[in-house]
Formats: sequence, structure tokens, C-alpha cells
Amino acid sequence: MAQAATASRKPPLWAWIKRRILPVYMVVALTYLFMPVAIVILFSFNDHQGRYNFTWQGFTLDHWQNAFGVPRLFDSLVTSLQIAFISSAIATLLGTLIALALVRYRFRGRSATNLGLFLPMATPEVVMGSSLLALFIVLGVARGFATVVIAHIMFNISYVVVTVKARLAGFDRHLEEAAMDLYANEWTTFRKVTLPMILPGVMAAFLLGFALSFDDFIITNFNSGNTITFPLFIWGAARVGVPAQVNVFGAAIFFITVSIMLLNIRLQRRRA
Amino acid sequence: MTTDEATSLVNVGARQAARRRKAVPYLLLLPGGLWLAIFYIAPMIQLVGISLQEGTYQTGYSMTWRWENYADAFALAGSHFLRSFLYAGAATLLALFIAYPLAYGIAFRGGKYKNLLLVLVLMPFLTPFLLRTLAWKVILADSGFVVETLKTLHIISPSGRILATGWAVVAGITYNFLAFMTLPIYVSLEKIHPSLIEAANDLYAKPVTAFRKVTLPLSMPGIVAGTLLTLIPAAGDFVNASLLGNPQRLMVGNIIDNRFLRIVDYPTAAALSFSLMLVILAIIIPYVRASGTEDLVA
Repeated sequence: MAQAATASRKPPLWAWIKRRILPVYMVVALTYLFMPVAIVILFSFNDHQGRYNFTWQGFTLDHWQNAFGVPRLFDSLVTSLQIAFISSAIATLLGTLIALALVRYRFRGRSATNLGLFLPMATPEVVMGSSLLALFIVLGVARGFATVVIAHIMFNISYVVVTVKARLAGFDRHLEEAAMDLYANEWTTFRKVTLPMILPGVMAAFLLGFALSFDDFIITNFNSGNTITFPLFIWGAARVGVPAQVNVFGAAIFFITVSIMLLNIRLQRRRA
Repeated sequence: MTTDEATSLVNVGARQAARRRKAVPYLLLLPGGLWLAIFYIAPMIQLVGISLQEGTYQTGYSMTWRWENYADAFALAGSHFLRSFLYAGAATLLALFIAYPLAYGIAFRGGKYKNLLLVLVLMPFLTPFLLRTLAWKVILADSGFVVETLKTLHIISPSGRILATGWAVVAGITYNFLAFMTLPIYVSLEKIHPSLIEAANDLYAKPVTAFRKVTLPLSMPGIVAGTLLTLIPAAGDFVNASLLGNPQRLMVGNIIDNRFLRIVDYPTAAALSFSLMLVILAIIIPYVRASGTEDLVA
């Protein structure tokens, strides 16, 4: 009671400030979060002289018009897209099978499986990258495109399992049983009932895997040999001056992935 | 055929079907499990193997169970090892203080804009990691507005700088892994039913007390998960230290990268890498024991 009394005696200004602290903080925090993005986009329009693109010198559309003007940069983007597509597709397949096993079956070795999936997510990239390199060195495997794909499949499997599992959690087993009761065999049941239900989760997992693979630097760095991905190109260029075209593609990637993300949300909302 | 024979035949069929059903989960696990066994577990064993070998790149390496490699590695990079956890720890703490009110605001004040706000928070992480880090080089540049403001406020000396110091590295790491902190905290706050906090208010708890006794304990799983998810990649990172930090004060990831790929001193690099794994394991084992295996990949 005494507390309630003191609360009402507080000056209205203090109450006014208190109500607004959190919203103001959120605006500040979002500004902080978007500041580097704004700089990436802004500097794709910077008319910079010399090799370094670190100080603002004036507006130009040159880099956007001449986006494909740095041949090795374009090659690295193509390589990254290929690696992301192949590795995410295979990881999505392998991970979806594991997620199905975990959600639909009780079996011995379940906790070992969960632990085995958790560990790669809890291992620093530098350890995974260097240990995989240790294996390739011992086996005498030359590093290149294939070893990067192998590495990306490896670190993507666990994320696929988590994503697909999240979607399968609300999954009604009775629908499958109903199909079986109507004499559909296991394969038909899977194709006609299970697959359509898990498909949004599988798609989300593929997109996540694609994004993680496309942006991976540390593990790729250890296992790439002479193959140059987009992040590896930026890393190499960082010492000698990053061409502004890198910012052009960085900005383009941002806008494209944001569109995909918003589209995905809309699709899911329509479905729900 | 007698009825007995018929029933036993049916039983055999049923048993075979049951056995086949029992095999199904293992068949589903097999391809992905094999992949992880060959490309996650086997490499880890090779890493330990190489860390105990002796030799040079030119003469080749041979297994001599040389445990001294670990002592040598720490004589070389012990300070980098400590610095990694100092920077990672500082960045994790900062990330917690930045992310918690943000997640709290979205969960409890977001209203119908909850999803939009969540997307906004995740959006910056769709720009490439290396470009985001390089952008911090611009923000913290010597004559940039951040440094100039801090000079005006006499927080740093007139000749002071942020770039090429530990502060820049911590700032970069904090920013780069912030989504890993925000998401789990948001998820745990979202699950709290507002009526629990209302109940605390009805029982005359001050807002601060209600937060301390109800909201904070209930969001603990998110705080713990977010802390681990930030600390682990932060401790192993070498991109921020390399692009934003002082070349004389690098992190253990830089040394592992450098020893493996440029100096080609595999045993030392492997010893450092496996030591990092052991420290991380020591951190996550209590977490795994407390949360149980079922929630690990949920």
C-alpha cells in the first residue's frame, strides 16, 4: 500500500520518461544494427580515388554500372553460388532424413544422435576448419572446390535438422495413419501426406544452409586450396584495397535476401 | 494348411515387418551420420594425431606422441589464447546488455509489430560477414565521427584511436554475433505468460522486483543459450582481430590460421586448435548435462 502511494506521488515527468526509455532504446539499438549495412550500401556509391574505399569522396553510379567489371570478383561469386547450391541441397537431403528419424521414431542411440548433431554447432569454426584440413593432409587429398563442398555439407547438416524438426514438431501422426488405413503404402503416404507437410520446413532449411554456405569464410579458408569464393575474394582484397564492386554485390545480396525473407514470411502467413 | 500354420506364418510376416520398421530410423540416420562421422569426428581424431607428431614440412611428420607440442604451443601463443577469451568474454557480456532490452522490448511491447521488429533485428546479418566487419573499419576510423566524439568528450586522448586496439576487436565481435544472443533471449521471453508478471504486480511487487523474481529467472535458458552461442564463435574468430585489431595483439584463431596455412607448422597449430576445442567442451558439458540431450537440437 505504501508503495502504491509513493508511486502516485512521483512527478509526471519521471513517469513520462520511464514510459519512453524502452522505445527510445530500441530505436537507438536498431540504428546501431543498421549502421554497418548503411555504410556497405553507401560506399557502393563512393567515388573513391586510389585503392582504398574507406573515406567518403563523392557520389557515383560507376560501380553499379560497372558491377561485373572485376572478372575475378564475378568468378568468385559464381563459385560461391555453385558451392552454396550443391552443399545446401545435399545437406538438406541428409538432414531431413535425420529429422524424420528423430521426430517419428523412438530408437536406441537417440541421445547419442542428438549429441552428435549438437557438437558441430558448438564447435568453433576454426577448430572444424583446421581439423578437416588435418584429415585432408593425412589422406593426401588436394584442397579445392570439392573439399569446400564437403566441409559445407558437414556444418550445414545440424542446422537443417534443427529447422526441419521445428516444422515437424506440430506434425499430426494421425494423418499418416489415416492414409495407411486407406491402403496407401509407406511410399505413397510419404509422397502424398508427409512430404507436402514438411516441405515448407525443408525449403526454409535449404535457404538457411544456402545462406550459411554462401557467407562462410573461416572453414572455407582452411579447405579451399586455389578455389576462391566470394568471402575469400574479399579477404584477399582487404589487404590491397577492396574494389567498390564488392560493396555493390554486398548491397545487392542484402536486398535480394531481404526480399526472399519477406516473401517467405508472407507465404508462411498465408499458409497458417 | 492348418490354422496353426497360418497363424505362425502371419506371425513371421509380422515379425519381419516389425524388424523392418525397427531398422527404418537407422537407415534414415545412416547417410547424414556417416557424413558427420567421416568429416567431423575423424578429422577431430586426426587433429589430435597431428598435434602429437614431430617433424617439419620438408622432412615430413612422424608420430612420436610428443606431448611437449602442447607446452611449446602455449609458450608461443598462450597470451593469444587468454586474449581470445578476454575479448570473447567482453563481447559476450556487451552483447547480452545490448540484446536483452532489445529482445524484451520486442517480446513485451512489440504488439502487432513483433514479427516485423524481429525481422528488422535479423536483417543486418544478411550482409556478408566480411563486409560488415570492414564497415566497422569505416565507423571507427581515426577521423571518423565516433573517434571525434569521444575526443570531444575527453574519453580518449587527442592522439588516441580505436582502430587497431582491442576495443575495435571487441566492438566488431559484439556486433557480428549479436543475432545469436538476441534470438534465444527473445524466444525465452516470448514464452513467458504476461499473467505471471501481472500476478507479481497484483501482489504489490515493484516493477523491478517483478522483473528480478519472475521475468529474469524465466528468461535464464535464453540467456545461457545466447551466451554460449556468442562466446563459442567469438573465441574462435580471427576475422575481427585481423581486420580491426593490432597485428601485434592477435587472437588464437589468427595463430592457428597462420601456423596451418602460411608457416606450415602443423603440430603446433593442431595443438592450439585442439586445446581451444577442449576449453569449449569444458564450457558446454555442464550445459549439456543440465539441459539433457533432447533439447540440444530443438
